[in-house]
Amino acid sequence: MKARNGAEWVVLLRQIAETQDTEAFTLLFQHFAPRVKAFLMKSGADQAMAEEVAQEVMVTVWNKATQFDPARASVATWIFTIARNRRIDMLRRDRRPEPEELFWGPEEEPDQLQVLALQQESDQLIAAIADLPEKQRIMIERAYFSDLSHSEIAEETGLPLGTIKSRIRLALDRLRHSLS
Amino acid sequence: MITHHLSDKLLMAYSAGSLPEAFNLAVATHIALCDECRARLASFDAVGGAILEQAQDEAFALQDGALAATLARIKAMPPVTKPTPRHAQTGVLPEPLAGYIGGDVETIRWRNIGGGVRQAILPTSKAATARMLYIPAGVAVPDHGHNGLEMTLVLQGAFADETARFGRGDIEIADEDLDHQPIAEPGEDCICLAVTDAPLKFRAILPRLAQPFLRI
Repeated sequence: MKARNGAEWVVLLRQIAETQDTEAFTLLFQHFAPRVKAFLMKSGADQAMAEEVAQEVMVTVWNKATQFDPARASVATWIFTIARNRRIDMLRRDRRPEPEELFWGPEEEPDQLQVLALQQESDQLIAAIADLPEKQRIMIERAYFSDLSHSEIAEETGLPLGTIKSRIRLALDRLRHSLS
Repeated sequence: MITHHLSDKLLMAYSAGSLPEAFNLAVATHIALCDECRARLASFDAVGGAILEQAQDEAFALQDGALAATLARIKAMPPVTKPTPRHAQTGVLPEPLAGYIGGDVETIRWRNIGGGVRQAILPTSKAATARMLYIPAGVAVPDHGHNGLEMTLVLQGAFADETARFGRGDIEIADEDLDHQPIAEPGEDCICLAVTDAPLKFRAILPRLAQPFLRI
């Protein structure tokens, strides 16, 4: 399947929002649904639950397509936040309070240059994470997948907490540097 | 102007979804008041998006027919109605805090805990405790240390302790290393959201005796 960049996913999601385009949805599904399922399984969900929740997340993508703002996030980031919130409901039965949305004014059209810049930056971030030394990449992945606190990561790997913190910081500094 | 912000560690844990509910509440309420931390959170969420993008693994492939099943679910649903945007709030308490309380400051059911200081415990999961604190202007909260992590977000008035001054929107993050005695500034009474993942350590014997009853 052809690899798409951030701006192309934005176009497909807009087609879902504007014309309920099932072909556009199929392309998004084929790319993101397996990733959401893998994300959930790596976060501790079993096969059946991850399959069920991955489908629910993609139904939410369809339902909330009109609410996606391409000036504020990439499609991958937006789907990550939906999957993360479902994972919290599912694994912990905790509520997740969210900050109130900023009031952006009536039906404001996002600035196209800003949209393009943000989507390109997101593509660069994906490439930068893929290029990290393996140890650093794995540390960040575990923080996001495993639902582990920093101190729990330290216990599991036997590494002192300070080392974990500095690794994540180092990895993020590298990301910021590679993006600047 | 907000001068005391969330740490990278807390923002990343909020983005990753690994904080207890009470901490999520304090982080989300600070972000509602602080554009700088909102922007920093967006960059941590973008890291999460990049991790999702690379999460694919053949071992965890979807079942056959997953797409057809999802499309069938979508067809079975009523048409989507677009939510109306909410207007920016005007009270002392922003969302999501106002939702936890069921209104603004005047709906809080306070209990006296001595010295004019009042509190109200909010309903969250047991992993950590969230409470509203009301400290009359000029009054001190008993001197205390911490067993775990304590976050205090100012919503009205201001307080100062040995380290700094904290006004509306500022968040103080205290751990085992900090013993402090917050004092509300003269003028407006101070209202805070305080969250802890372990009981506080009071220096004086009397508050220590009262601790099990007050749940602090």
